Amino acid sequence: MSLKKISKDQPEKFEFNQQSLEAAKKILLNYPTGKEKSAVMALLYIAQRQNNNWIPLSAIKYIAKFLSMPYINVYEVATFYSMYNLSPVGNFHVQICTTTPCMIRGAYKIVEVCKKKISEKENVLSENGNCSWTEVECLGACINAPMMQINNDYYEDLDIKQSEKIIDEVLMGKKPKSGSYRGRTNSEPENNRKTLLDLKNA
Amino acid sequence: MLKDEDRIFKNLYNDLGADLNSSKKRGDWINTKDLCDKGREWIIDEIKKSELRGRGGAGFPTGLKWSFAPKKVGLRPHYLVINADESEPGTCKDRDILRFEPHKLLEGCLIAAYAVNSHKCYIYLRGEYYNEGIELQKAIDEAYKDNLIGKNASGTGWDLDIYIHYGAGAYICGEETALLESIEGNKGQPRLKPPFPALVGLYGCPTIVNNVETVSVVPTILRKGSKWFASLGKPKNTGTKIFCISGNVNKPCNVEEEMGIPLKDLIEIHAGGVVGGWENLQAVIPGGSSMPLLNKEISEKITMDFDSLVENKSGLGTAGIVVINKDQDIIKCFARIARFYKHESCGQCTPCREGSGWMWRILERMAKGEASREEVEMLFDVTKQIEGHTICAFGEGSAWPVQGLLRNFKKEIIKRNNFDPLIKSNKDIPYLVDQHLLEKDNAQNKS
Repeated sequence: MSLKKISKDQPEKFEFNQQSLEAAKKILLNYPTGKEKSAVMALLYIAQRQNNNWIPLSAIKYIAKFLSMPYINVYEVATFYSMYNLSPVGNFHVQICTTTPCMIRGAYKIVEVCKKKISEKENVLSENGNCSWTEVECLGACINAPMMQINNDYYEDLDIKQSEKIIDEVLMGKKPKSGSYRGRTNSEPENNRKTLLDLKNA
Repeated sequence: MLKDEDRIFKNLYNDLGADLNSSKKRGDWINTKDLCDKGREWIIDEIKKSELRGRGGAGFPTGLKWSFAPKKVGLRPHYLVINADESEPGTCKDRDILRFEPHKLLEGCLIAAYAVNSHKCYIYLRGEYYNEGIELQKAIDEAYKDNLIGKNASGTGWDLDIYIHYGAGAYICGEETALLESIEGNKGQPRLKPPFPALVGLYGCPTIVNNVETVSVVPTILRKGSKWFASLGKPKNTGTKIFCISGNVNKPCNVEEEMGIPLKDLIEIHAGGVVGGWENLQAVIPGGSSMPLLNKEISEKITMDFDSLVENKSGLGTAGIVVINKDQDIIKCFARIARFYKHESCGQCTPCREGSGWMWRILERMAKGEASREEVEMLFDVTKQIEGHTICAFGEGSAWPVQGLLRNFKKEIIKRNNFDPLIKSNKDIPYLVDQHLLEKDNAQNKS
């Protein structure tokens, strides 16, 4: 269970725009009739995307009405899962994996970079307001450790210099190239391929 | 070393392309209809004979699991749910299957769904794998377009719809009943078993939950025959498995190998050896963070399969191998793992919710050398209070790594921690002092 800070500044009203509404209706088709509640996670994502990457309480209320669910159930879901942001984050939200496999390959050095460049504390916006960072648990790319996720993209095989470069770009509002930063292909052993060689050379 | 033609995931490193045409060239979807035409009994029987064990961590025989689904569909429809909520630290095999071999997974879904009489399949994908989800959706759309799934899927006369359901960053949703709760739109808190999902699962209907890798190997097993699969590996631990080797190795990688391969071969041959040489090895976590660590002596000769690891008081789990060399502070590594479990506990059972926090705090102090010797025993006691006293296996998962640490590195912990909570200079206090007195300032005031 993660502790979540709910923003004190809440907008009064929230409504799905046309695009979100269509996406929401499409999601509802995925589930059997009478089980619309299943769509709550997807709808929270849609609300988050529409509202600058965070979910205000009014959106939780709106979704509760939309799915005819009790407000508290939607609130429960929104607070339980760690990927729903309940207070504003930067346009670029940097998440650094610091669980053991990444930690022993130097993830905390990247945390230092973020502290220096973005903000002293986690989940605090950078001075220009477009970037924030947070430590997260395993992101499932242990082979490519250390790594971080910025919005939806993975940045893998990092070191201090490269992460500094990435953060600089992000602070200027540019989206850096995602993927491995040591130039290796996916999760293959770098220059040490012993398997599936015929296929590679074919 | 396993021969290349025996490898199931030929596109593990994406040399060949993940799209439908390239997948077909590798043999996916070529005779799905023929396989299904042989009937449900035959499919389940072949999987049973192949002795395929679930690849998600518990190693439950897949054929047996499928046979638990009711033979006839009653009033309640059946569901197939694929567990792609891969979040065990050290594991990243499913990610590559989703990215590069999605059609193996989808074909497996069709065969599995046919075998367990299900018309609907949900793939529960962890929310962080957003780009992988896009790749998978692309593959699903391709398959629909080619009529491989959907109405009369692949000409089998069976209808199958496949949907992706995104999770949102909760490790516990990898537990099958928590996963079902999460699909139903609730918090991901595990359910009591029994009833097992095979009888009462998603929406109260019979549901089979399988890991991505398990389902993805099914079509190849049926094509090449159960005998072929059973001939690889060891008895009861058959077939191939994707191993993820991460941590302090020179060339961290994913590699598909035979079950029962020596751990040393995996590290030395495929992963380019331990950083600083084999002598610099301190410990290995063999199956994702929830499995107890192996010390250097055991790592030297252990083979990687379910049974030999259990014999050595560990487990194969998801086969996420984390190598830790002597440059690392082993207590700190495990304090971090304990923090992971503290963060991810769903909060339903008290021993786990409170205990995972206790273990983390004690280990953090131990890493700094601020614990007393008695606390080593106390920590072990805490792990025993959690293990077996929770609804799901998360309790074991959080307690075992700490137990493994205590079993193998007790000496190190004791050497570092000889904090004496008694304030000797003040002889009037004969008992253990309160916690607030331990704070440095207060202690100094007393002396």
